[in-house]
Amino acid sequence: MVRYGALLGVRFRTSLALAAAYRAEFFLDAILSILWAIAGLAPLYVAFDARPSVGEWTFDRALVVTACFVLQKAVLDGAVNPSLLTVVDQIRTGTLDYVLLKPADTQFLVSTARFEVFRVLNVLLALGLFVWAFVGLGHGPSPLDVLLCLVLLGTATMVLYSLWILVIAAAFWVVRLDNLAYLLSSVFDFARWPISMLKGAWGFVFTFVIPLALMTTYPAEALLGVLAPQTAAYAIFGAFTFSWVARRIWRAAIGRYTSASS
Amino acid sequence: MSAIARAARAFPTLLRVGLAEALAYRAELVVWMLTTTMPLVSLALWTSVADSGALGEYGARELGAYFLAALVVRQVTGSWLVWQMNMEVKQGGMSHRLLRPVHPLFAYAAEGLAVIPLRAVLCLPIVPILLHFSGTEPLGDPARAGLFLLSMVGAWLINFFVMALIGALSFFIESSTNVFQAWLLGFTVLSGYVVPLSLFPPWLKQLTDVLPFRYTLALPAELAAGTLSTERALVEVGIQWGYVGLSAVLALVLFQRGTRRYAAFGA
Repeated sequence: MVRYGALLGVRFRTSLALAAAYRAEFFLDAILSILWAIAGLAPLYVAFDARPSVGEWTFDRALVVTACFVLQKAVLDGAVNPSLLTVVDQIRTGTLDYVLLKPADTQFLVSTARFEVFRVLNVLLALGLFVWAFVGLGHGPSPLDVLLCLVLLGTATMVLYSLWILVIAAAFWVVRLDNLAYLLSSVFDFARWPISMLKGAWGFVFTFVIPLALMTTYPAEALLGVLAPQTAAYAIFGAFTFSWVARRIWRAAIGRYTSASS
Repeated sequence: MSAIARAARAFPTLLRVGLAEALAYRAELVVWMLTTTMPLVSLALWTSVADSGALGEYGARELGAYFLAALVVRQVTGSWLVWQMNMEVKQGGMSHRLLRPVHPLFAYAAEGLAVIPLRAVLCLPIVPILLHFSGTEPLGDPARAGLFLLSMVGAWLINFFVMALIGALSFFIESSTNVFQAWLLGFTVLSGYVVPLSLFPPWLKQLTDVLPFRYTLALPAELAAGTLSTERALVEVGIQWGYVGLSAVLALVLFQRGTRRYAAFGA
């Protein structure tokens, strides 16, 4: 465990060095990603411009969901996506061999290959949005709610990561897959909205099939103090089960890896 | 034989090759297409917003028509040429293209056009629903139908030339995909892809009338949804084709300049 902690530190320092080497790109990326996050607020503003509420959601409450979204998106784009997209390339070209040879868990190695450090700015932006939302609501969250929210954000990250691991595992069967990750990213974009605002079957789809509700709506509801305890319990249980299944599937998938030359 | 006549003669073959390539990577094509179905989710969202108070001229019916139209427009006119160009410039694939007797942009256009029938067929089931929804000024009117087709061609051309333009930037700078990200950012917010543009506050609405993004999606979508008057549409199609000309000239010039300093493997 200590060894993996140290390894993670090394990996992180490498990414930091990489970011420092390409400074212009670093700043450009940072500015763009902040602009993306801010541009994402426009539809929210339009939706709540002329009406005080949609269902049980007001602007400030929906803003909490969006803040959760910006946070998760920063984790996704900063820590999950870059590494896993590298793996797809390694599977195609066969250089995954070198990763497999290393004396550490393969899933750990491929998941920590690259971090995009500038996404930290988006995390700060998310914190700003939380503050803005709670200033609008006129009261702060209770410490217990904050705790539950943090736990749920943690499990949400697990689910998000597992979902991406499954996508990458699919790359062992179907070779060209970068666009599947792209698809998932654009689906994930709807997590910026409270899932109960979506009409019809989407609510079901985004709770049980692609669990977007778990990633942003539930943590936000926890922070607002309106999440039912059973729902939280189910969400946490579901997240652990899903991660376990994803790990199993990853191991099965990597067993099928035949390198590029064979 | 002149260069243009030669290119025209090669065009059918290029189309066939493009179609064959698209069919060879079927799974990839389907995933790309799924990516463009996001307006369906937007529709679900805005319908529920409209339920709790009117959204300008958009009722549930107009929203339905608008977002289905947006889906079809994006599906048929979308282009992702910039990824391919970026890769080919970096890895030297461009050298092969430059050796051929037809202009690379012409070949790219053929590849792009070849995929359209496939995408259009998959869009077909949406069309009757669209016609059913579309409100006060139906698309059945020949003048509007003509304008719609013209605006679709215009939207495709703008998309294509802008992608070519950004792709050609990779001759000059390291990361043209960043420029693409910036374009995509503008497109997502200001083209009407996630929010119908008339719902924006007036100053922002006026800004979108000037910028090119509107003419790549909102114009044909609003024409199809019947939320744009024919007179206004006529003016906007004019502006759109102005942008087509501008983007075409810029793309061709930049490409020309770029190939001069192109120095990938073996060039």
